[in-house]
Parts: sequence; structure tokens; C-alpha cells
Amino acid sequence: MGSPMGAKQSAFGRFQGIFSLLLLAGGAALLAVSLAADFTGSRAAWRGPALVIGIAAFFVGLYFVPTLAHHRDIINVIFLFPLLFTFGVTVIIPLCLGIFYSLTDWTGIRYTQFVGLANYASMFREVSFLWSLLITVLFVVFNMILVNLVGFALALLCTSRLKGVGFFRAAYFLPNLIGGIVLGYVWQFVFNNVLVKITGASLLTNTPTAFAAIIVVYIWQYAGYIMLIYVNGLVTVPGDIIEAAAIDGANAFTTLIRIKIPMIASTITICTFLTLTSAFKQFDVNMALTNGTGSVQDFFGQYLTNGTQMLALNIYNTAISKNSYALGQAKAVLFFVILACVSLIQVRISNSKEVEL
Amino acid sequence: MKTKLKPGTFAAILIIALAVAVYTLMPFFLVCINVFKNANGIVADPVGFAGMSVNQLAANFTNVVNNSNFSFWYAFGTSVVITVISLVLLALFGGMAAWVICRNKTKWSTAIYMVFIASMIIPFQVVMLPLISTFRDVGSFVGLPMLQSIPGIVFAYCGFGGAMTVFILTGMVKTIPYDLEEAASIDGCSYEGIYFRIIFPLLKPSVVTVTILNGMWIWNDYLLPSLMLGQNGRVKTLPVAVQAFVGSYVKQWDLILTAALLAMIPMIIIFLIAQKQIMSGMVEGAVK
Repeated sequence: MGSPMGAKQSAFGRFQGIFSLLLLAGGAALLAVSLAADFTGSRAAWRGPALVIGIAAFFVGLYFVPTLAHHRDIINVIFLFPLLFTFGVTVIIPLCLGIFYSLTDWTGIRYTQFVGLANYASMFREVSFLWSLLITVLFVVFNMILVNLVGFALALLCTSRLKGVGFFRAAYFLPNLIGGIVLGYVWQFVFNNVLVKITGASLLTNTPTAFAAIIVVYIWQYAGYIMLIYVNGLVTVPGDIIEAAAIDGANAFTTLIRIKIPMIASTITICTFLTLTSAFKQFDVNMALTNGTGSVQDFFGQYLTNGTQMLALNIYNTAISKNSYALGQAKAVLFFVILACVSLIQVRISNSKEVEL
Repeated sequence: MKTKLKPGTFAAILIIALAVAVYTLMPFFLVCINVFKNANGIVADPVGFAGMSVNQLAANFTNVVNNSNFSFWYAFGTSVVITVISLVLLALFGGMAAWVICRNKTKWSTAIYMVFIASMIIPFQVVMLPLISTFRDVGSFVGLPMLQSIPGIVFAYCGFGGAMTVFILTGMVKTIPYDLEEAASIDGCSYEGIYFRIIFPLLKPSVVTVTILNGMWIWNDYLLPSLMLGQNGRVKTLPVAVQAFVGSYVKQWDLILTAALLAMIPMIIIFLIAQKQIMSGMVEGAVK
């Protein structure tokens, strides 16, 4: 790169080299001492801060290294390091460990032996898990259809020439702002104390109606968001095309079916997969509204008490409440594989659409 | 072509729109009227205005705010600190990483970018259990509390939010002409100075988008803080506090609804202030 060599050279102070060297050496030394303390089993309180200060000093020293040839590379490393490091520790390492743990008898703290696919086998023998899998698929299918229909209808409403569209848009979107836990309890109140006056018994006590209740709450929460994305798509449909259609005698319905919907096909793809993946991962509302309870009289000859427990909650309960970490982790890996397949299909579809356009 | 709607159609659309709005806002309305009542009043008449009094509202608020299971101000402060620090660090580090990835076309930068993109499909459920054990083991090994500590959870949010942040910001960096950087370099701007003085200010619209997307997620997140901080740990975020509170006061709707209202108010205030930015940010995040 054409960096101004001469100007830069004079910019190095006389002591910059020494300063940099001191920081680099000091940082490395602190790091080494701290790690040595870790490995010798020391419990001293200073070793944690020493590690952090050591790493920080090392990077500051690196920044001040008086070099022109490698300055760019050094900055690149310093700029990439924070995010890559946190990402590696929180995502990549746990993912690899997680896949490995699912093949062992992990207890959440340690593992004693490798058990192969035993966790995966016992997962499919667990009837309550199969039930969770089944209702999650049902939930996803219902939501994918209903949230998109409702969201699209609301988007049409919000792009029609209506007074106060801004207010309606904000009102429909509002539920999406609030976290699922709080929403779940508010709706629990609505079902148990308000609607109960109309329905007689609370809808949440009966498994099928409780399942429907979760769907209703989910649509309530999510349709406003999907609506915004559809509005965004609908306003990109050029006005002159709609005008031309109207001149050719198309009524509102024909315009919608023949022009608007085909023109926003890519938006429909986005919304479909967005609802699909988020419904599949649904946890908060499920936990706060019913906590997965609900009786099922007979499913593969067994009586179940987890009638409304969806996959994400099932994984959580298996590991945290029942303390079967290895089994929970195996379920989580299956969960991941299903989501990964869905995402790959989405990428395929989106790419083939782009080629057509 | 701006044909006017027929009055009948117009009225029909308006009625539907209003009906849906009433339905969407109904739970919020119910929360707002019932925080003015005591427990018996709520059970007796949850939809009417009977039994409402300002004194009762004050009593409910004092009960909830001073409750040791909820400790509203503490939980609120913790949530604010965690969210703000995470957002600042994500915007800063995310922008830095996006710029380096975008401006250095080597196989390394492409590989890093691909890993970030691919990681966006990883659900939290598959990493949560090993994450907790890794954080616990590494934390106790090096002598830094990673669980039940604010720095630990900020660290985790930087890791989880990184991929999406880099993805959106890289898209923005691509649109900034490279000539700008060359001109700055010729004028004597240092390499890192180019980023902080030229690129980062130009990234502002996308930084707003990622901050909104990350902010909504981090503020409302329940699972990660509940696992990392513990249900009844020393440090609590607002969603964790609500969950712990409801767990210990089953069916005491006067207290639960007041707690829910307190948890909702900050987000609603922010929405009223930055409505446009939030709605467009959410759409941009989805479409990209």
C-alpha cells in the first residue's frame, strides 16, 4: 500500500521501541505467571486480573511496535481479535464440545465414558420426547401458515389508503417489543382470569386448547413483525404496474393475486423461513404460559404430562430439571441438525429465485 | 392513480383495523387497569373499572419495588448495564472486524466471514449446556468469575451477537468507496485512523440497525441470563427477576401484573421515542 514512508518514520518517538518492548515483555510475563499459577493449582485472587492485564498490555505493546511493513497486519489482528475470541469461546468451542458430549455419559460437570449413539437411541425411545417433536412440528406448520396470512392481511391493511396507518402499524408491532416471559404471564392472566368468564374452565388446563392458546399468543406477538416485512415488500411494487393493471380492467383481488403476490415472492420466502425457524425455537412463551404441562391420555400406550411441551423446553427440562445433561445435549444436537437442514433449504430456494429474476 | 375508496369499503377496512388494534392492545390495557386494584378486586372483576384507586397503585408499586425477590431497581440497573455495554462493544468490535474482513481479500478473511455466516444457523439450545460448563471450568481455572458476573454475560453476548453484527456491517462497508480510504492514506491518516475517523462515522446507519436488533434481543433475553446468572443468583436481569418473582408469588396477580408493567415500561418508552428507527431496523435486519 502506498503509505507515506518518510512522514511516518519521523512519527516514531525515540522511546516508542523501548515502550513497546516493555509492554510486550511485561504483558507476556504477566500472562506466563498467571497461567503458571493456574496450572500449579493456585487459588490466588490476583491470577485472574493478572491474566486480563497481561493480555491487554501485550496488545497495547503490539500496537506501538515501531514497524511500517507490518503495521497493517498488526492492526488487522488487533481489530479481529476481540470478536473472534469471544465468538470462539462462546460458540465454536461449546458447539464442538456439545457434539462430543452428546456421545458420552456427560453429567454437566464431567464424563466417564464414551457411549456412542446410546443417547440418541434412548431419546427416540422416550415417548414424551416424540410427543414434543410431534407438537413442535404441528406448531411450526400452524404458525408458518397463520402468522404469514395474518401478517400479510395486516400489511394490506396498512398499505391501503387508511387514515392513521402509522398508529395501526405501531399498535400491531408493539407486542413484538416485549419479552416472551413477561408476555407469557400477562396472557396467562388473560386466559385464567378474564377469558375464563366466557369459556367456563381456563383454556390452559386442557391440552388441545392450551396448545391453541400458545399459537394465538404467538401470532399476537409475531404477526406485527411479519407485517412490517410485508409492508416493506409491498411498497416496492411499482405504482405504474398496478395502474396499468387497473386500466386493463383488473379488480383489486386480481391485482393482488396476479401482480402483488408474484412481485413480492422473495419477501414471502423470507417471512416463511423467519416464522419457521423462530416458531421452532419458541421457548419463552411456552415456558411462561403453560410450562409445558397438559395431560395426554394415550400416546403410544403411555400417559403423558407434558402435553404442551415443545422441543426447546423439552431440551431445557431434560438437562436442567431432570439433570440428564448428556441426553439433553443429544436432543439439542438433533434440534440443531433439523434447523441446519431447514436453513440449507432456504438458501437453496433463495438462490434459485435470484437466478430467475 | 389515487382513486378514492368507496365509503363502504373504507368503513369496513377501518372497522377491521380498529378491531385488530383493540385485540392487540387489549392485554396491555388489562395490565394497566388491573395494577390499580388489589388482589381481590382483580379476581372479582378483571375487565371493569370497579375497585380502581390510585392509592392501591401506589401500594402495589411499593410492594413490588421493595420486594426482595424482585428487587426491581437492581434488576433494572443490571439489565441496563449489560445491554448498554454489550451494544457498545458489539458495535465497536463488530465494525472493526467487518472492516478488516471486507478490506483484506485473503483466504483467511473469506474463511472467517464464512464461519460467521454459517454460525448464524446455530441455535442457542445446542451450545447452552456446554457453554455453561466451559464458562464455569475456564472461569475457575483462570480465577475470573465468568458465571454470575456481568463481565461474563457481556462476553457471551459479544460472542453470540458477533456473527449477525459482522454480517450486517460488512454489507455496509462494501458500499463505502475504497478511494476514500486511499485519499485519507495519502493525506497522512494512519491505517487505524482511517477506520475510526472515516469508516466508523459512515457506518452509522447500519450501526443503528444492529444496535436495535441486538438491543431488542439482549434486553428481552431470558434463557442465557437465567442459565448464566442462575434463577436466584446474586446478579439478575429483568426477565430473570420477573420469572423468579412469579415463581414465588403464584396467583398474586396484583403483584405479578405490576411487575410485568414495570418490566414493559422501559421498552415501550424507548419505542415511543424511536418508533421509526426501531421498525425500519427490524425490517432491515430481516431482509438482509
